[in-house]
Formats: sequence, C-alpha cells, structure tokens
Amino acid sequence: MIVLAAGSYALKVLGVTTLGSVVERRLGPLVSLLPVVLFSALIVVMTFETAGELVLDARAVGVGVGALAVWRKAPLLVVVLAAMSVTACLRLVT
Amino acid sequence: MDPAGDDARRRRRRDCLVVSLAVGVIGVTFGVFAEAAGFDLPRIVVMSALVFTGASQFAAVGVIDDGGTGGAAVGSALLLATRNALYGPVVRKSLPDSTLPRLGAAHLVIDETTAMAVAQPDHRSGWDAFWFTGVTLWICWNLGSLAGAALGAVLSTPETWGLDAAFPAIFVALLATHLRTPAGRVASIIAAAIALGAVPVTAAGVPILLAVVAVLPALYVRHRWPSDREEPLGGESGAQP
Repeated sequence: MIVLAAGSYALKVLGVTTLGSVVERRLGPLVSLLPVVLFSALIVVMTFETAGELVLDARAVGVGVGALAVWRKAPLLVVVLAAMSVTACLRLVT
Repeated sequence: MDPAGDDARRRRRRDCLVVSLAVGVIGVTFGVFAEAAGFDLPRIVVMSALVFTGASQFAAVGVIDDGGTGGAAVGSALLLATRNALYGPVVRKSLPDSTLPRLGAAHLVIDETTAMAVAQPDHRSGWDAFWFTGVTLWICWNLGSLAGAALGAVLSTPETWGLDAAFPAIFVALLATHLRTPAGRVASIIAAAIALGAVPVTAAGVPILLAVVAVLPALYVRHRWPSDREEPLGGESGAQP
C-alpha cells in the first residue's frame, strides 16, 4: 500500500512538474485539447463499462438525461439529480 | 472583491460541493467494499488519505479481493492513476508557482479537481475551483471511507440511488465548455470512439490513455479551420492569474 500511495503521488507530481513543463514547451497547442479527450473517454467508460464489458443499462439512460439537462444549461445540482433519479427509477421498475 | 465576483465564486463553490458530496457517498461504498475484502479500518483510512485516487483504490482492493497478489493490485491501480500525470500539464497554469504549495496541490490532482478547474473561464477562478474542490473532496472521501468501513454492509448499494450515473453526468457538464470549438467536438467524438472500442480488449485505465491519440486529428481540424470562438482554460487564450 505504501508503494501504491508513493506511486500515485509520484504520478501526480510528475504531471505538475517535469512532464507538465516538457509537454507545454514541446507540445503547447496539444495541452488545451487534453481535457476534452481525457474527459470524453472517462465519460464513455463510466457510462458504458461494467467489469471490462460494454453494457447499455439504466445508467446510460440517466447520463443521457443528465446531458440533456446540461444542454438546457441547468445548474450542476439539477444535472446530477436528474441523472440519478432517472437511473434509480428505471432500476426500480425493471 | 466586487459583488459580481463574489456571486460567481459562491456559484462556483456550490458546484464544487455538489461534486465533493457525491464523491463522499462513493467513499462510503469504498469503505464497505474494502472492509468486505478484508482490509482493516486503519488501512482503509490511510489508503483513502494517502492514495487519494478513487478508481485506483477500488481496483487495488478488487484485485486483492479476487485473490490477486499485492504486485498485481499495485500494477492495475497505477495504470488507472497514470491519467493523473496527464492532468498535470492541464491544470499546471492554475496552480501556485512556488514549490511547496505546488507539491501539496499535486496530491489533489484527480479527475474531479482537474475538471472543475478547467471548466472555469480563467486561471484565477480555476485555482479557486481546484483547491476548494480538492480540500472538500478529500474530507468527504475520507469521512465516507471511514463511515463505510465502520458501518459495513448496513448501507445499501449506491446503484440503488443511481449514483453511478451522477459521475458521468458531472463530467458531461464540465466538458460542455470545451465543445464550443470544432476542434473540441472532433476531439471529443474520436476520444469517445477510441475508449468505446478499447474497453472490451484492454485493461482498466488503458482506454482513457489510448484516447489521447484523438488530439492529433483535433489539432489538424484546428489548424485547418481556425475558430475565433474563445477557448476555455487550458488554451493559450486563458488569462493569467
């Protein structure tokens, strides 16, 4: 566990120090696109992945409704509650 | 501080708290899960405080629970934690310049804090969102882990409440500002496609790292069809603190 704690902290420090400045100097324009790709991938994985498999379930419907709320410019709390309640209700009836 | 700025900060911090509280509930599940896998209370608390990377902690405990070795647990957890190194270049400009505060802030570089920081219009509010989310989230995550470990299976699963849909929805909300430019939209769609394709065939954590390739076609799009729309944080146009 000490190895894990040290390793994960080292990765974070590496990012904000050496790797950060190297990436910025060499690949400046790339950095502004990093959040988009990382978060898009993260969303897809969190929405459709269960134990290494792709699944389409109530969660995906809830996230879809949450995305609709984002598009309608709803506040974050509303987005979260919409996604959660739709998912929970769907699970209740299925 | 002007009233408009105060108001913006209040709204920003309220959003940060929503994220932190949701993470706190996940912390409870982590505590329950780790306790059921045979981890004792001190180990669970120390892990949440020091490792502080939710997905990696779940992975490590899961491997141990399945009878895997300590090495395998650390390996799969660090693979998931590798994306935190990629968040570094993204949030770097919003972090303090001096070494010690920066090394402290590094511990808080995770999915949620990075997303909250880059969703802000400038580096100053980015830093405010970063540290406020980081500190409240760290407290919530640890209190949650502690509660879960102590109360054990008394609590029902978060799936019943649809909490697993809350996180992707939060990141959709934080991603929205980045989709204003054609390059941003291209990057998003291609990254999502790469991750989808990679999930069934690669280890956990790898799909997100592979998706980084999507910046290349997006760079081409930006170069070919430059956009005059203002880019959010992370772009060269971000205001200095």
